Amino acid sequence: MARPDGAAAENLADGEWHRLHPATPLLRGGFAFVAIAGFVIANLRERILGLFFGGDGPGAASGDPIAMIIQQGLIPIALLVVLAVLCVIVLIFWLSWRVHSFRITDELVEVRSGILFRTNRRGRLDRIQGINVGRPLFARLFGAARLDINVAGHDANVPLAYLSGRNADALRQVILQLASGSRAARAGGQDVAGVAREHDGTLAGIVSQRAREFIAPERDPGLAPPSAVVTMHPGRLLGSTILHDRTVIFVLLVVAAIVLASLAHAFLVVFAIVPLLFGVGSQIIRRFSRSLRYSIAATPDGVRVGYGLLSMTNETLPPGRIHAIEIQQPLLWRPFDWWEVRINLASHSDRQEGGRRTTTILPVGSRAEVFAVLALVFPEIVDEAVLAHLVAGLARATPGDGFTTSPRRAIVLRWFSWRRNGYALEPEAVLLRRGAIWRDLVLVPTARMQSVSVHQGPLLRMLQLTDVQVHTVSGPIRATLGALDAADGALFFRAVEASGVAAAAADRTHRWATQPAPGRASSTVPAAEPAAAGPASAEPASAEPSAATTAAPALPGGSA
Amino acid sequence: MPAAPAPAALVPTELVPGPWRRVSSRYLVVDLIGTLISTVVLTAVASIPFWLSGVFVLLAIPGVVFVVGVVVAAFTPRRVRAIGYQLREDDFVVRRGIMFQRFAAVPYGRMQLVDINRGPLDRAMGLAELKLVTAASASNVAVPGLPLADAEELRDRLVELAESRRAGL
Repeated sequence: MARPDGAAAENLADGEWHRLHPATPLLRGGFAFVAIAGFVIANLRERILGLFFGGDGPGAASGDPIAMIIQQGLIPIALLVVLAVLCVIVLIFWLSWRVHSFRITDELVEVRSGILFRTNRRGRLDRIQGINVGRPLFARLFGAARLDINVAGHDANVPLAYLSGRNADALRQVILQLASGSRAARAGGQDVAGVAREHDGTLAGIVSQRAREFIAPERDPGLAPPSAVVTMHPGRLLGSTILHDRTVIFVLLVVAAIVLASLAHAFLVVFAIVPLLFGVGSQIIRRFSRSLRYSIAATPDGVRVGYGLLSMTNETLPPGRIHAIEIQQPLLWRPFDWWEVRINLASHSDRQEGGRRTTTILPVGSRAEVFAVLALVFPEIVDEAVLAHLVAGLARATPGDGFTTSPRRAIVLRWFSWRRNGYALEPEAVLLRRGAIWRDLVLVPTARMQSVSVHQGPLLRMLQLTDVQVHTVSGPIRATLGALDAADGALFFRAVEASGVAAAAADRTHRWATQPAPGRASSTVPAAEPAAAGPASAEPASAEPSAATTAAPALPGGSA
Repeated sequence: MPAAPAPAALVPTELVPGPWRRVSSRYLVVDLIGTLISTVVLTAVASIPFWLSGVFVLLAIPGVVFVVGVVVAAFTPRRVRAIGYQLREDDFVVRRGIMFQRFAAVPYGRMQLVDINRGPLDRAMGLAELKLVTAASASNVAVPGLPLADAEELRDRLVELAESRRAGL
């Protein structure tokens, strides 16, 4: 149990079974432990005070179990019981730590745990959607971090909680390299792991190491030189929070509650509003505190987004894991030209507070910063033409700006926005522009599109209009566009389907470094590459069982 | 872009040309019985306010429900005939509906799962429903009313096609 914290971070990705940080059970039960200790201390406070200050204590009151124990001379037995309970707890902790192990091979990451109910979870490396290094406040005090490996699917994360912070960072790097399919991964991984040295062993070394880790946004900045694209100015964050639609709603709700309570004495209505206020208010505060230390940077293995003030998370998204992106502007942000960028991801692990996935990739940023973020997350998609569409997509509609917009008769359904409401098609991206008052632009990479559909009800048929939808994985963004001319809708349907098939055939992002030399994330195969070798055979026989036949294969397995 | 308004509203043959494969005519019976049962149940539920209160005006609610059910049933043959699917070179296309038309196209490489579902009525008529699942829950592509043998053959064909064009998510 008392394994020292490692003179050097081990190479954890050698395909063998490894154990987690020894303090894991304590960290996992951390809050419960603190709460129980607090409860006991609070209850014994007077007794302890009496012990120290020599007062005769209030304990003589009948019914006090401790007084009873003392009176009846049962102290040795009581101490024995306490000791036994402690031993059992420690034993259980130790056992659960013993049986909780993980391994990382070339193909998958596997975790097994549990004493009575054994569970075994596997994730396939080529289906990794992101790796999240989370450091909850309590774990940060111990220098520990949790690694959440998100594979595609609902609640399909493989958590490694907890690892020592150094190991977590090195391991993330190695897993990403293995997942990228680069042949040099294993050797490189060892180098990386070898570089990550722990403290020099002295107490002062440990303390300064902990202090440094506690404040550093990235565990080891040397591993991935941070080239932060966007830095968050507190002033702008504050301003954008105040002017956010949500805050406006909050203020209106407060005003409504006050007015109703004072004028109409409608207290029942006020009671209905108060929970709503709590909900909206906590959302506002959470957004603000999370975004204070927001950062986004490029790493060789994808985009890294950092968040959080007390509980910090730091997620790396490999290339090609973003299924849709939405740039939108709350109404009052327009004078400042601020925008918010959100994304759809294929994995949802919104279970635990430490590993909460974020869908906001830029909480607030200027137009230039939005374009910088887009260039970062879609390096191979955002070229000149797409950039021109993006510029047009955020602006007021002008004729000939490259967007196919709704016809004039759509004014019945899109009162203000019919001029802006439209789409633009590029070989590798679909752009949907919506809204005149609340401006909104959605970009779906066609290589990530799942399917496409077009609808028409009786009203739309009368107007000769159609609705179209590009289906992406579920998330905050719905890529729908209403009230298009029927002919334009049909064109959209055919063109998007064709470019989706072509882009998916050329897409290599699930093993993003296999084809070209391992290295930059942006060096994925250009999707325009002629699929001469045939889309299927170009894939170097990954030898996985059919992805399409039985249950989704990326999802973790059942119990062992 | 065509300046003149489209010659006609979205006509199926215009959007995706080519022969559409139809579902079995026996599915008409399944759909009709299903509509009938739900109409009876909904009418019964809607008449509860009348039975409880005895106010005659409230009979209008079950009346409306019943009429709607009858209209839906009357259009069932057309609706069943409107269901069609195509196995194209790179994707699977499904169309449904007359009043509310929907066309959906799923590239083969995007299929994660192919389901075959059979309810009691389906089983009695020897039919099955084929359902495609992609990583997007909005895709919602299903073909009801296929003879069981056809459905199984189609499933195997789709799985084979999906395998040959497999891609990441």
